Amino acid sequence: MNNQGRTTRIGEQADAQHKTFTGARALEANEPLIFEFGRNDVTGVDIDAPGAFTARLGALAREGAPDLPGLTEPEAVRHYVRLSRMNYSIDAGLFPLGSCTMKHNPRLNEKMARLPGFADIHPLQPQSTARGALALMDQLSHWLLELTGMDAVALTPKAGAHGELCGMMAIKAAIVARGEAEQRRVVLVPDSAHGTNPATAALIGFEVRAVPAGADGLVRAEAVRAALGPDVAAIMLTNPNTCGLFEREVVAIAEAVHEAGAYFYADGANFNAIVGKTRPGDLGVDAMHINLHKTFSTPHGGGGPGAGPVVLSGRLAAFAPVPFLRKEGDGVALVEDRAATQAFGRMSAFHGQMGMYVRAFAYMLSHGADGLKQASEDAVLNANYIRASLRDLFSQPFGDKPCMHEVLFDESWLKDTGLSTLDFAKALIDEGYHPMTVYFPLVVKGAMLIEPTESESKASLDLFCMTMRDLALRIKRGQGEPFHSAPHFAPRARLDETRAARQPVLKWTARKPSVAAQ
Amino acid sequence: MTIRYSKDHEYIRVDGDVGVVGISDHAQSQLGDVVFVELPDVGRKLTAGGEAAVVESVKAASEVYAPVGGEVVAVNEALTDAPGTVNEDALGAGWFMKIKIADKAELDKLMDQAAYDAYLKTLG
Amino acid sequence: MRYLPLTQQERADMLARIGVAGIDDLFADIPKEKLLTALPDLPRRKSEMEVERLMGALAARNVAAGGVPFFCGAGAYKHHIPASVDHIIQRSEFLTSYTPYQPEIAQGTLQYLFEFQTQVARLTQMDVANASMYDGSTGCAEAVLMAHRVTRRRKAIVSGGLHPHYVETTRTVSDMAGDALVALPPDVRASEDIIAAIDKDTSCVVVQTPDVFGNLRDLAPIAAACQAQGALLIAVFTEAVSLGLVKPPGAMGADIVVGEGQSIGNALNFGGPYVGLFATRDKYVRQMPGRLAGETVDARGQRGFVLTLSTREQHIRREKATSNICTNSGLCALAFTIHMTLLGGRGLAELARVNHANAVKLAEALARVPNVEVVNRSFFNEFTLRTPGEAATLVEKMAARGVLAGVPVSRLAPNAGLDDLLIVANTEINTDDDRAAFVAALQGALAR
Repeated sequence: MNNQGRTTRIGEQADAQHKTFTGARALEANEPLIFEFGRNDVTGVDIDAPGAFTARLGALAREGAPDLPGLTEPEAVRHYVRLSRMNYSIDAGLFPLGSCTMKHNPRLNEKMARLPGFADIHPLQPQSTARGALALMDQLSHWLLELTGMDAVALTPKAGAHGELCGMMAIKAAIVARGEAEQRRVVLVPDSAHGTNPATAALIGFEVRAVPAGADGLVRAEAVRAALGPDVAAIMLTNPNTCGLFEREVVAIAEAVHEAGAYFYADGANFNAIVGKTRPGDLGVDAMHINLHKTFSTPHGGGGPGAGPVVLSGRLAAFAPVPFLRKEGDGVALVEDRAATQAFGRMSAFHGQMGMYVRAFAYMLSHGADGLKQASEDAVLNANYIRASLRDLFSQPFGDKPCMHEVLFDESWLKDTGLSTLDFAKALIDEGYHPMTVYFPLVVKGAMLIEPTESESKASLDLFCMTMRDLALRIKRGQGEPFHSAPHFAPRARLDETRAARQPVLKWTARKPSVAAQ
Repeated sequence: MTIRYSKDHEYIRVDGDVGVVGISDHAQSQLGDVVFVELPDVGRKLTAGGEAAVVESVKAASEVYAPVGGEVVAVNEALTDAPGTVNEDALGAGWFMKIKIADKAELDKLMDQAAYDAYLKTLG
Repeated sequence: MRYLPLTQQERADMLARIGVAGIDDLFADIPKEKLLTALPDLPRRKSEMEVERLMGALAARNVAAGGVPFFCGAGAYKHHIPASVDHIIQRSEFLTSYTPYQPEIAQGTLQYLFEFQTQVARLTQMDVANASMYDGSTGCAEAVLMAHRVTRRRKAIVSGGLHPHYVETTRTVSDMAGDALVALPPDVRASEDIIAAIDKDTSCVVVQTPDVFGNLRDLAPIAAACQAQGALLIAVFTEAVSLGLVKPPGAMGADIVVGEGQSIGNALNFGGPYVGLFATRDKYVRQMPGRLAGETVDARGQRGFVLTLSTREQHIRREKATSNICTNSGLCALAFTIHMTLLGGRGLAELARVNHANAVKLAEALARVPNVEVVNRSFFNEFTLRTPGEAATLVEKMAARGVLAGVPVSRLAPNAGLDDLLIVANTEINTDDDRAAFVAALQGALAR
């Protein structure tokens, strides 16, 4: 008789409080730090010792090897794979983080970026041996200019904030060239702006003057005119703005700014809403950075690397930093020497984020002019679809009207429920979603900024909206109590940020046993 | 001993020529858990309304302005290690600095307890 | 379009739910006359296969480092990267996640950043490191700004051994901020007297070791001189592998250490993305730019990590922030951390030894070639060669012979009168055959 049979009934409901010996919860490991299990005498890289030679280090050889633990390959792979499983990602689910643009990252782009002809070339090898790379940068530049309606591009900035710095430096250089450096020291920034805008202006010595937005979340040309004067160097305006709205008076604002002898810097963080629909250059913009990691889908990578090329109008083009591309024969050459140019300087070593250019280039080729426009339209359509699906239960700070690629709610609908935007966001985690952007923009109390992007199917949006509605209805029925302590099912419960900031522990040390203390 | 408040929610408790400066209980509750306090050097001369210190919580940072002008004669070093004291006892052990008041007339521009309480009500 | 899930029918249904007649009703805030009526002048959409064909053709027009004897360095280095590094960083959970603003579902990123910070602090022998900068050059500019905040002075003195691109990047920020920067002239033989330039107004001194010409520099006397004047010493390196063999900057008294981390785990990528390493002393941590991961506990008492001390950052401090930086270089930092973990201190020391040995072998071979001279007294894995004519021309001639021989100094410092100098790097990838090819190509190019 076969004696291999065994019970297949599922038994009683497991106790949620059940403690495991390892601290793991099935697929979710309780992973130590490499310093807690690596060994200093272990290495996962086989290196043949060199033959005898006479060292040329002078008197500067170090004593002994660095104090760093090593892991063999199987240990290292397991460690980092286990860590990865504690992360949410766009590949795993809807990532509606407003203003961050978490769209799908095509794997073709990764494949292209790893071609040896792009990944394995040195920034300072002879230009004659990197013609294909220069041609790609040149073509990418032309496409960025075509899409923005601008005259010149500085490719090198390494992220959005860095691009902002580059654009504002070009403006400052232009003002210095006009001999107005002493006079024009003020930069206008709407109070809804992202914090990088005032930080950037202040970094290069400008004073920041706030421009209040109107009750509808939009900046009025009239308010800008009132703030303009002979002391103003520039305005920094995000368009579409941080509330997800297109600045309707942008053309009048640009005209007023130019009339006053100032420049118009546009924060291009939300350019993805308008690609193929309108062009910043046509609206009067003088400088704008483009987040390749948002609009053109280079992966966010857990917080970088990004890329922030800056497009410039004819008024600023001459001041673009080195290196830049110049036509030479039937190709292009990199101009790296600042002498004999009006370039204001250099943003970083070498030529910027080539790896990101390649990915953005593949994205643009794949989409084409028609696909890029469709992507913008779908992004806006998806955001408005969410707005339409939630408008009866959630509150909108500026009333129910069309938004661009992201829809903004506030927390007034939570009034008297005892729950906050934060609680709601954490409840979404238990439902399997990354929360939307919360508490940004600062001008809206308890802001919830939702950006679905064009990557979501209608079915995905429907499920998300039903989830949002269910959570809201539970709150309205007085069943929101569990949300105070959400998330319940994430790898960690809410973390004590006060403790982290009051007694900062910023590296692992052997002396201080870690709080894990298992 | 009298206490006066500024519109920026600093208080000054006056004792002779010296005033003890800190942030009001309302201010600490608005900030949330205080995690860091940057204090001025002793001997620094402050003007009324000028930046005197910085107070940080996890999600916010705020300048602390001198409610009146004068010279810093002492700072509360204990806050460096225990910034949470500002939350626990803003008006007492959570004080920031002592100022030798330059011009006592400046105190008249500040609010007394009743006026400050009324002011808080207007903030909703 | 393969990346856009909506069908035409769904789009129509969705517009109906929204309550508008057409998609352009959602763009009604854009002034009518500014709406584009035609498609932008870009090609139409392309299949994967077409994209691969086009981009493959572009890539094929470049000479990849792996295909030829390769000796370029000067701030970016070709090293072997273990296959597992790229495999792990391409995992969806790392590649397609965001900045860990929701720590409950981002512990993977936060923990590796904490590991990265610890590795960088130990490698440089400093107290504390941040979660990375864009790259070494921007980190250098940020270090100078930080020194100005700490010392409340505004003059930086920059060594003639600092990579010229780093000098320019730093000078650009300094000029724009209205700060002073004194850059000593290019210093090929590490013979400058930087100590003499330090005075009571000096906020910081920036010194690179190994310097851009490959020389190793003893920072200890400079650190002592800085301390005497109340200035900070900023130590820079562009070759992180060197720390496996040479004295770390923290052991020589540096106050801030800035480095390019590309060498460990990251490909050349024609110059980016790379990863900046940034470390300092505990007492300066609140003046440090960039993100920081810190340890804490969750509501259940479990250890966890969060971004911390974020009040220094732009999203809270706005115009009072320590820096305008938003992103770090997360995925490149992960590549660094994985490669570093695979190496361990022992592996890094072994790797560094091979690099040094290879450079010594080439230097010795070049000592037998007439009319060229290695100018360095000391070096790690790269040195500077004096050639009889223009080094840039020589490099082109050697490239024509299939050898990428190095970086002419004139490419970095075009107007310094150093056109006869060539910076030559050797790493573990270079074989004896490569070195023989270098010598043969050099002799061939010099003969004509």
